[in-house]
Amino acid sequence: MDLFEYQGKQYFAQYGIAVSPGDTADTLEEAIAVAERIGFPVVVKAQVKVGGRGKAGGVKLADNMDELKLHAGNILGLDIKGHVVRRLWIERSSDIKKEYYASFTLDRPNKTHLGMLSASGGVEIEVVAEENPDAISFLSIDPVRGLDLETARRWVAEANLDEVAREQAAEMLVKLYVCYVEGDCDLAEINPLILTPNDKVHALDAKVTLDENASYRHPEWDAFRWSETEDPREMMAKERGLNYIGLDGSVGIIANGAGLAMSTLDVVNQAGGSAANFLDIGGGANADVMAAAMEVINSDPKVKSIFVNIFGGITRVDEVAKGVLEALKRVDISSPIVLRLDGTNAVEGRAILAPYLNEKLITEPTMLEAARRAVELAN
Amino acid sequence: MSIFVDENTKVIVQGLTGSQGRFHGLRNRDYGTKVVGGVSPGKGGTDVDGIPVFNSVKEAVAATGATASFVSVPPKFAAAAILEAAEGGITFIVCITEGIPAHDEALTYNRLVEEFPGVRLLGPNCPGIISPGKCNIGITSGDIALPGGPVGIVSRSGTLTYQALHELSQQGIGQTTCVGIGGDPVPGTNFIDCLAAFEADPETKAVMMIGEIGGSEEERAAEWIKANMTKPVVSYIAGVTAPPGRKMGHAGAIISGSKGTAQAKMDALREAGVYVCANPTEAGQKMVEIVRAL
Repeated sequence: MDLFEYQGKQYFAQYGIAVSPGDTADTLEEAIAVAERIGFPVVVKAQVKVGGRGKAGGVKLADNMDELKLHAGNILGLDIKGHVVRRLWIERSSDIKKEYYASFTLDRPNKTHLGMLSASGGVEIEVVAEENPDAISFLSIDPVRGLDLETARRWVAEANLDEVAREQAAEMLVKLYVCYVEGDCDLAEINPLILTPNDKVHALDAKVTLDENASYRHPEWDAFRWSETEDPREMMAKERGLNYIGLDGSVGIIANGAGLAMSTLDVVNQAGGSAANFLDIGGGANADVMAAAMEVINSDPKVKSIFVNIFGGITRVDEVAKGVLEALKRVDISSPIVLRLDGTNAVEGRAILAPYLNEKLITEPTMLEAARRAVELAN
Repeated sequence: MSIFVDENTKVIVQGLTGSQGRFHGLRNRDYGTKVVGGVSPGKGGTDVDGIPVFNSVKEAVAATGATASFVSVPPKFAAAAILEAAEGGITFIVCITEGIPAHDEALTYNRLVEEFPGVRLLGPNCPGIISPGKCNIGITSGDIALPGGPVGIVSRSGTLTYQALHELSQQGIGQTTCVGIGGDPVPGTNFIDCLAAFEADPETKAVMMIGEIGGSEEERAAEWIKANMTKPVVSYIAGVTAPPGRKMGHAGAIISGSKGTAQAKMDALREAGVYVCANPTEAGQKMVEIVRAL
């Protein structure tokens, strides 16, 4: 789960990381109240989960109430790369002497944690990595040992942070590491981490991705689930326990297993079509799950055909077949359905469907033939 | 021959009294696997369909001489179960649990490496391992595998592993061992571990490697293949059309920025002399061709 900037800052604050005082506002009235409370000058920031807010006019400085009203009014409702701004974060403006970069993430090849620190912050770290890789100081951290203050002190020196910033930055890095580990982040990034003219170090932005697998031990994450930008169909699928990702094409996809679902997207593409979604019904899916999957797909107006690709393992194909029939009973499925059924109880599954086959319910013997047929029907 | 497990491997199931552990544990035994015990704290002294249950791995190992464990417990207990297996004397741990927090995985992996260097962990979030006709640990349907070799399979995905087994078995081509390394970000066993074992196994004549988007294990495998592998490798990488920034079902299947794309993996593998195919069917056909020409 990606957090909004304001949520990331709230998360950081829980771990003692210094952030600017501020609050959220969903309306102009709320924005005025927040600004009055924290005092001018303030920065008005669009809360969207997409990069390039500044360039799109989503971040503005307001020195007084007139400017605040103007900017808050303009930014609320603004469309930034398809994300409509529903919430603002308004915080006290900070003077900046220096901009640094700090982050922790998993180093998958080395199976350790990776810290990245740079005295050249404020721009995208991928750009820095490309143009000036020596400006980034990497630290590999053994999860068993963690990060101690001594190591952090050496690290800030190595990264050439300004002398006055080093001790504060080292302490903050240890706190950020604790937040990253105890807070179960996939990514905890501060960019920029700033040094103010009066030599204080603090986090001016927050980018946090939480590991959903750890949500069972973080009841506090429920507060982060506020989201106006999430795809309604993705929400619907989540409620039904399905793993769904909306895409742009016209062939609805249902498969069992993440790998097979990805592969199904690929073969649809190879057959000249494009997938409307990724949907993995998981292992051991029964008729109910299958019916729920059909309902989710059917609610997508882009879908012109549905490709059900099942290789039964724990999932039994006869259950899948029953689910398809159940879904056809429950809802009016408008698109033709092409099924490829193999694996555990495939013979039984095909037999269940046999009496119902027609031009809108079709089986094909292989994955490739089914893909071609589904694409044909969608185009 | 087979790699990692064979007809003599004695297996315990951690979580045998749970519904999933019972279902798969008994299925594995029915396949012919030597499932010699189960572990469920507080349930020692009972049995599951004749398989004795112990309170701890240590007790189970002492009583049965098991060397392998099948960990089938919920995510919040999985890391502790893996470490208990290692502490209890198990040397090959298969963990099928999906949904373990990434930080637990990273910590557990490094603890195993540092404290139990002789232990191999397969998974988590994997379908397990099958040496057809000999031993099946995990959730793979034994009936889609064909004993006798000569193909070794290593895969990050469960259902694509079944697909690969199916494609080969249908054509009468058997497998030495089929290893599902799993789709999580910190797999205990990686492609290279399996490729090296297959390279060393005289009965394995060719290897099918199924990868997917995310991470750089396939690229690292490609380097290893280029330098060390003498046997032909056929590969398929899932997720060519996957959008960046989204976890495609598996926790590890994510394109981060420009990293982890299927294209980069396919390019690296091709460069290493691997036969890279566009879909699992094509990969199966290519493997059939290679085996027939052996």
